[in-house]
Order: sequence, then structure tokens, then C-alpha cells
Amino acid sequence: MPNDWKSYKPLLLPAIKDLHEISVYEKNNGYQALRKILKDRAMWSPQNVINEVKTANIRGRGGAGFNAGLKWSFMPEPDGKPRYLACNGDESEPGTFKDRKIFEFNPHLFIEGAIIAAYAMQIDVIYVYIRGEYRPFVKMLQRAIDQAYEKGYLGKKVLGSDFSVEMYTHMGAGAYICGEESSLMESLEGKRGYPRVKPPFPAQRGLWGRPTTINNIETLANVPLVMDKGADWYLKIGPDTHPGPVLYGISGHVKRPGVYEYPAGMNIMTLINEVAGGIREGKKLKALIPGGSSTPPLRADMLEGVSMDANSLRDAGSMMGTAGMVVLDEDTDMVDLIWRISYFYDHESCGQCTPCRDGTGWLEKTLRKIKNGDGELRDLDLLLAICHRMEGRTICALADAAAWPVRYSIDRFRDEFERKCKKTVYAVA
Amino acid sequence: MSGTKTFDEKDLAEIEKLTKKYPEKQAAVLPVLWYAQDKFGHVDPSVQKLVAETMDLPEAHVYGVVTFYTQFYEKPMGKHVLDVCTCLSCQVCGGYDILHYLEDKLGIMAGETTPDGEFSIQSVECLGACGYAPMLQVTNDKYVNYLTYEKIDKLIDDLKSGKQPGFESNKMPQHENGTE
Repeated sequence: MPNDWKSYKPLLLPAIKDLHEISVYEKNNGYQALRKILKDRAMWSPQNVINEVKTANIRGRGGAGFNAGLKWSFMPEPDGKPRYLACNGDESEPGTFKDRKIFEFNPHLFIEGAIIAAYAMQIDVIYVYIRGEYRPFVKMLQRAIDQAYEKGYLGKKVLGSDFSVEMYTHMGAGAYICGEESSLMESLEGKRGYPRVKPPFPAQRGLWGRPTTINNIETLANVPLVMDKGADWYLKIGPDTHPGPVLYGISGHVKRPGVYEYPAGMNIMTLINEVAGGIREGKKLKALIPGGSSTPPLRADMLEGVSMDANSLRDAGSMMGTAGMVVLDEDTDMVDLIWRISYFYDHESCGQCTPCRDGTGWLEKTLRKIKNGDGELRDLDLLLAICHRMEGRTICALADAAAWPVRYSIDRFRDEFERKCKKTVYAVA
Repeated sequence: MSGTKTFDEKDLAEIEKLTKKYPEKQAAVLPVLWYAQDKFGHVDPSVQKLVAETMDLPEAHVYGVVTFYTQFYEKPMGKHVLDVCTCLSCQVCGGYDILHYLEDKLGIMAGETTPDGEFSIQSVECLGACGYAPMLQVTNDKYVNYLTYEKIDKLIDDLKSGKQPGFESNKMPQHENGTE
């Protein structure tokens, strides 16, 4: 990545005062993509909109990195009965705090994207699922939705066309698992958030048994950009395999933490040292969790030349996730850190599958033992065995998300784990 | 805490409105529980029963939902519930120091309520404010970011005198320092 990031002007969250007001948004080209589509229905049939978004290869920003347009194309032909779009604003992955920026600073961009998505998939009801902790942000979005209804962008006969769509907010109440798409649907239906077995996939049988698509908030915010300026333009931003702008949430031991918008594929060291001002108190970098707590941590020496896009991070031995980067300095106790991550997954496991319900508990207990100085070397083997018995053996990916940080940390910071184990009197004796 | 809990006409109209957003009544359980918690301060078994009866749902279902989601209070809590994040970014940025300071200051442990019923403390999972760590949330509402001991002192004084924290907007550093 050359130095052109310095002249990059944010597209998702531009520095425009009061952009959250619909009048300001409209003055800045807002809702023009939607108008363009509805004005020329021959040119922009639902299928053509899907094709354009598919070509743009917007990779899902919620963590999976799946082509959003391709996901849309999985929706079956309309049969006259309800179809749903569920927008995922659960944002509970530790290290992630980006979608709240969209709710606060540019909610209409997301709303416009969701309306276009609904048009393309011939959906009549949109639910926006937002975590309960984000109550003030739910209010902000609700206000923006009310404005959009007043101006005729939502509701019956959008802008005088024959396309109608409703949008409702739905507030969660504190459950990480509800960010998993099938759990989110269960929660929306008023139940405990137990993930569903797939298949059937949501496009076949989703909310109330009807075809449903679930997209992340940031993913949908990219849609108006694509429809306004075209997929070809969008593909020129960032790397070929992972185009478009990305909201990087940088936290941990950096001088200037926060959410930054730059093209995908930014060099990781540039993000840490130049964008976020480097490590606090002149300390050295020890490790990075690149995309939320479930992405395997990378040692500082593994970061050379690695950039924030799905392929580069995969080659480096981790994942893009939500681009919520947690930067860790040389004083970080990795055993302590991984224990706390395991505690999190133990707390958040929904309890449906035994390997996860019990496995997360045993990971937490064993790590707590090591952290407290009572560990033995064989506990490391035990941890790896537990990981092995969790990975890929459950309905959803929470078990994998819990196992990976443990597995990869033992692999990458083994001496640190061993040192803690060897300290115990019992182990030496 | 005396007498049977009921929803009045206004409440029922509001619940009716919440229910209309969904094709099935059951879907409104979370919004109705939020509504009930706002009104009663918690959703203990008596409130769960009321919600179940109002929505024609089995009590067991409502109980199941309440116990699944951490933000629903299953028993009466302090007037102010301080949810201190100790997860990941907050952990490495001193979240536990803040929690322990607060515990010492109020003389209670996480999970407890002060005898005067003013404050409850909870140690909670990631609240999505990682760049502004350490932080806490006040009674399921406003976030207080970049916590220091002084900021905690002030927060407690403010809450005691009835002043709720305002919404803290965290601007993007990119905008403040101008990349243009």
C-alpha cells in the first residue's frame, strides 16, 4: 500500500457537519442512488442491482467476508408472501466498535443501503437488530428512520414508485451470540438466541420460516456508494480481492485509539504506527489481534508486510474479522489476556451444544489455573485437546471462535505459557 | 414493591404498538420486557408473570428469555447500575483497576448492591467502546469513557446528586486532526 492513504477522503463517514440530519445528507448526494434506481427501473431491475453489487464484491464487514451481492442472489423468486432483510448491528465481538459510528454520524447512508438491498431482493420488511447496550444509538437511528419515513424514502410507495418497504429497529438485551445470523433471527422472533442448524439457510427459511437475508450495517452502508458511482469505481478502492473502504477500529495500547476509515488492505504497521500514533509510552509492540477476539493473535514479528485484507491476513495466520484491531504492547501478559477471552466465551456460550457449553468452561478453568500459578505443563496439552474437541463440532462458530485464540496463542506464545506452568511448586517437584 | 404489578391503559396501548412491528405477537417479548423494565426497574418473576399474561405466552417462555439476556434484571437492582467493562481492550487498558477502585469506593463487590439501594456494580463483557477504554455503562444507558479514578469520583458524586451523565460523542480522530 503506497502513501496515498494520507490523501484518502472518507466515504462512509465523511467529515461533514450534521450529516446525520436528512437535509444535510440529501445536500451531499444523499438518497441519489435510490432515486437513480427508482427512476430508471428498466436499467435497474432488481436483478441488475444484485449483479452490480455482486460485481463490486463488497465483502461482508461483519466478519465472514462473503460477497454481499452473491448472498443476495441466494434469495428465491418472490411468491407474494413476506420476505425479510435483517440488518445486523449487534456488534458484540470484543474489539469492535464501528457500526455505532454509522448510527451516530451517517445513519442515512446505512438506511439508503438497506432500502436498495430490500428493493434488489424484493423484500418488504427490514429489521435492524442492534445490541441492547447501544440504547442511545438505537434512538439516533430511530430518529433517522422517522426522518426517512417523513420524506417518503420508507413506507408505502417509496418516492411515488410501486415499491414499498417498512423499517423497524429491534433492540437486543445483552447476548453476544445474537450477532450470529440464525441466533439473531431467533432473538427477533422473541426467543432465547439459540443458533439454528444450517441448512436450511436463511435465504430458504429465515424469519418466521420466510426467505431472509442478514447483512452487517457497514456492509449495507457500502451499497449506496456502489450504486451511485458504479462497481468499476468501487473496485479501484483497496486490493482487488477485498475492495472498498473499511472502518478500522483500533484499540488497546496505541496513542490515538478510535475508528478510522481507510481503504481495505492497509498495511498493519502503518495503521498502528502512523494512523494510530504508535504504541503508548514508547513501548514495543508485542502482538496484534487483527479483527476481534475470535481472530488468532499475531506476534509482532509475524506482521511484517501484512495488510488488512482477508487474503493477506489468512496467509499470515489469522483473519480479517471485523477489522477491530486490538494492539498489545510488550508488557501484556498473554496468559492473562487469553484467560479473559476464554472467560468471555464461557459467559457467552448459549449452552445448546455440549462441546461448546462444556468446552468453553474447561478452557476458562484450565487457563485460570495456569494464570493463578497452579498450572502444569500437561495443562497445555489438555487445552489443545479441548480445542480439538470443540472445533467444527457445534451448530455455530462460537466454539471455533473460543478455541482459536487459545490454540494459536499456545502455539505462538508457548514459552510464556510454559514459564507460568513451570513456576508452580507442584510442577517442579 | 407492594401490591400486584399491572400495566395501565397507556402501557397496554404502548405494548400494542410494539407488537404491531412483527407478524407474530411473541416477537415483541424483548421490546415488552424492556418496556416493563423501564417501568418497574427490573423484570423479577412477578413482572415476568405480568408480561406472560399480557402477551398470552407461557411464563416459562418469558422466564427463558429473561434469563438468556444479561441486561434484564431478574431482581431489583440499585438505583444506578454501574456496568464496568473488563473485556479485552478494557482489560489491557485498566478495566479491572477501575472495577476494583469502584468496589473499594462503594464498599461492595461486583454483583452486589449498596445497602442504601443506590448503587449496583457489575463486571460485564465487551460494550463496544474499545477505543475509549476503560469505560462503564450507567444503568443500561449512557457510556462513560476514558475512565480515571477522578472521573469515577465525579460520576458517583453526580449520580448521588441526581445528575445523569450526558451522551459522550467520540469523534473520529481522522476528522479532528484533519487529513485534508
